[in-house]
Amino acid sequence: MTTTHDAKLTSRVLWVDRFLTLIRITFIVVISVGLLAFVAQQINPQNPFAQWANPDATGLTAPQFKGLLVTGLAQGAMYGLIALGYSMVYGVLGFINFAHGEVFMVGAMSGMITSNKLADAGLWEDAFLLCLLFIVVTSILLSTATAVIMERVAYRPLRGAPRLIPLITSIGVSFFLQNLSVVLLGPGAKSYPTLPSWLSQKRSLVGFQIEGTKLLVLLTAAVSMAGLWFLVERTRTGKAMRAVAEDKEIAALMGIDVNRTIVKTFAVGGAMAGVAGILWGILFRSVIHTTGFLPGIKAFSAAVVGGIGNLGGAMAGGLSLGAAEATAPLVLLEPLGVDGVSQLRDAVAFAVLIFVLLVRPSGLFGERLSEDERA
Amino acid sequence: MTATANDASTFEAPGLDWRRQIRFSAIGALSCAFIALAGMPVGLDRRSIVYPVLSLGYLSLFWVPFVLASLAGSQVVLEGMGERERDTRDLAAGALVGLGSALGLVGLMILVKNFNLRDPLVNWSPQLLELLSFNRSTTLGMLLWVVLGTTLGLLGGAMHVVPAMVRAKILTVVLSVLIVSVLQTFLTDLLEGFRLEVFTDFIYYKRGGLEILGALLVAVLAIAIPLLVAGRIKGLRARVQKMPPDERSRVNLVLLGVGAALLLVLPFFLGKIANELLANVGLFVLLALGLNIVVGLAGILDLGYVAFFAVGGYTTAVLTSPNSPGFSPELPWPVALIVVVVLTGLVGLFIGAPVIRMRGDYLAIVTLGFGEIIRLLFLSDWLSGWFGGAQGITNIPGVDVGIGTVKGTDPRSVFLLVLVFCGIAIYVSWRLEHSRLGRAWMAIREDEDVAEAMGVNTTSTKLMAFVVGAVLASFSGAIFSAKVGSIFPTSFIMLVSIIILVVVIVGGMGNIAGVIVGAVVLIGVLGGPKQPGLLQELGQFKLLIYGALLVWMMLKRPEGLVPNVRRSRELHQEEFLQDAWLKGEIDEEDPS
Repeated sequence: MTTTHDAKLTSRVLWVDRFLTLIRITFIVVISVGLLAFVAQQINPQNPFAQWANPDATGLTAPQFKGLLVTGLAQGAMYGLIALGYSMVYGVLGFINFAHGEVFMVGAMSGMITSNKLADAGLWEDAFLLCLLFIVVTSILLSTATAVIMERVAYRPLRGAPRLIPLITSIGVSFFLQNLSVVLLGPGAKSYPTLPSWLSQKRSLVGFQIEGTKLLVLLTAAVSMAGLWFLVERTRTGKAMRAVAEDKEIAALMGIDVNRTIVKTFAVGGAMAGVAGILWGILFRSVIHTTGFLPGIKAFSAAVVGGIGNLGGAMAGGLSLGAAEATAPLVLLEPLGVDGVSQLRDAVAFAVLIFVLLVRPSGLFGERLSEDERA
Repeated sequence: MTATANDASTFEAPGLDWRRQIRFSAIGALSCAFIALAGMPVGLDRRSIVYPVLSLGYLSLFWVPFVLASLAGSQVVLEGMGERERDTRDLAAGALVGLGSALGLVGLMILVKNFNLRDPLVNWSPQLLELLSFNRSTTLGMLLWVVLGTTLGLLGGAMHVVPAMVRAKILTVVLSVLIVSVLQTFLTDLLEGFRLEVFTDFIYYKRGGLEILGALLVAVLAIAIPLLVAGRIKGLRARVQKMPPDERSRVNLVLLGVGAALLLVLPFFLGKIANELLANVGLFVLLALGLNIVVGLAGILDLGYVAFFAVGGYTTAVLTSPNSPGFSPELPWPVALIVVVVLTGLVGLFIGAPVIRMRGDYLAIVTLGFGEIIRLLFLSDWLSGWFGGAQGITNIPGVDVGIGTVKGTDPRSVFLLVLVFCGIAIYVSWRLEHSRLGRAWMAIREDEDVAEAMGVNTTSTKLMAFVVGAVLASFSGAIFSAKVGSIFPTSFIMLVSIIILVVVIVGGMGNIAGVIVGAVVLIGVLGGPKQPGLLQELGQFKLLIYGALLVWMMLKRPEGLVPNVRRSRELHQEEFLQDAWLKGEIDEEDPS
């Protein structure tokens, strides 16, 4: 009797496992076939293998591909900055702060307001770099304040509540902040002032043609990342953060003020999101109340791809996700004969998340979490 | 026993905490200024509650000093601690909080008068200033606010001083005036059906809101009706309680039958507006019952629930509409429904299988991703040969039921259809909740590892939750597409998932009655993502209120309005946690 029961049980479990394996294999097959078809297309568009799925295949020229890659990397750097906030909060509190995307939106909105004010005063064109510094600082202040208030009002009372409760709360906070922006600033997209022409022209750099804006984005992201690395690895505050992420109770016994450290973590994450908000404004020059949603989810995916709790991983995950979402539609899907591939960019980003979670749930670079959060 | 009682009496009751009062004043000031800047007073001024003295716009400010003052005065009575004597100091504290809130508005008025921040803040307008100063001079307006705020705060503080009976009466009167006023459209429609429009004509002002006399009448009724029926309902309930069990269940069945019959007859007395409203509510009840199984019973946070609604809707559209671009068999709706159920169940398995092993929070994000992927696929050019892309699928025929067709132009029939499916869904949820499967779901919700150790096959049990939830959502989707007659990807944005989640949480996770109450209150009054509710003036504030409500519920009452007994025990298990913590300590001391 027991043996048949056991057999039944294992076979049922195996059914799901088989299905999962099937999905994994499908993913890998689609990726490899798409890649092969792309390579075939690049070698010779008249190639039968390239024409098999998509007879109109033309392939990409090298500058086109590089352009896509640079766009992807610039966006990826932005995702990486947002992902740092997700990753740090997850490392310390063990929950996804769903509203972090909205902190980023607050940063972008604040940049929109200050930059337009500066442009009205005529300073934007004349002293662009100073203005940029100013809007970055105000945006950091505002988004940090948002993140800290959020922690104080919504999350601190829920420490120790069942796992899903803070997550649902953060969904509520995110929803509230989005609609707060609608009622305070009005619905509809708002634009940043035009950037000075010396910034937006293309420059060539090691064989890449990069627009100045994207270069600026990459540089800013790199500087912020370096600052964060210094903060976390070389200062007392950073040491406290790492200790709290490792084990809250022991950290408290060692004389670390856990609450204050958590607030600092939120503040640093908020500051990074504020910087990312300005970068969004510079890249797309348009911001709306839902701006935070998709980048937020993608940044979370980036954090997972890089291994949650792992700061370097978050940045690397952001860059790879950005590159993947920019190139994959044209490299993988176009050769497979999918129409209107650019509409599927977001779907690709989600598919990357699902793929990574199925194949390597601890991320590419490994997660860094304390024991009890690894559950 | 007596010793502890004596201890309690010697234990000094804490005095009035003035810092708390000042903190609440500051909160009041900020909330008032924020509500004003959000544009609520101006935007909602059109709708009056009691014509011409109170509009929804002013009400959006008036509640702040009152509620905050009464909150600031409330005190948690701990074990062994006597309750503080209430005296005039409480009144002063309430007045202080009210004054603080009013000062927030006064400050805002000064700012609006002297500076122009219209550029980023859209509601920074002369209309706001005019409204805040009651269409009089600004100085007079400020004075009025100070007086009003202080009075309202005083009243809020007084709620703690007056005896509990009086407090209950005041609350009943205020709430019933508000409710009757909000229900205007519905009540007018209902009483017209019974040819009793005289009554509604008397109490309501034509362009919205109660007349003053009407409000007085409602207030009198609210006091009188409980006095008249008071003992009787209690007596009846006591008699039913005393009956032997089989007789009691028979009485319950009869009551249920009468209730169901009343609901079935109700649509014939209702006009178009009320039927339409109730049909929308019904669609959300179906969705919420489905999500309740996934989130409430099995404890899986599915944020992509709208995907199943979309699959149900689109499958129905493809199978029944002659305009379906790719494949158009033009099946009759009931036949299509069978395909829809099977297909959505399969989609539930397909989405469920990869995510089922993930951590709770990863699962939430991944299901959200699936929800978006499905919407993007319906929207894409790639599949537009099948689903019409952004143009959607139009010309979906109604449901042919022999005696007539159920379609959107006839809301009564839609409501009846929805009612039938709600009945099925309620029955299914109720039976499932008390079945072996339902108990397995609850075990998983409480502790997955323990459930597995007890022999629950967690994987297939969780998958079943996904499938059952998906099927219930597909009913809603199928009715939705027949009702609206055309279907577009924009009907299936992530917002829908979130609103269903709010409905389930506000109503009470894991409780069928709670979910229904949640859907009726939220969708009926505030409205769905696109469907207007009774307070259709709310418009853009609706979603803000949903967000705030979700946060507030999670912080203050995570078990919902109508809690499930077991679920609320899970959520308030401080004692249990303490035990576990103590045990953890003991384990650590143990050398082994």
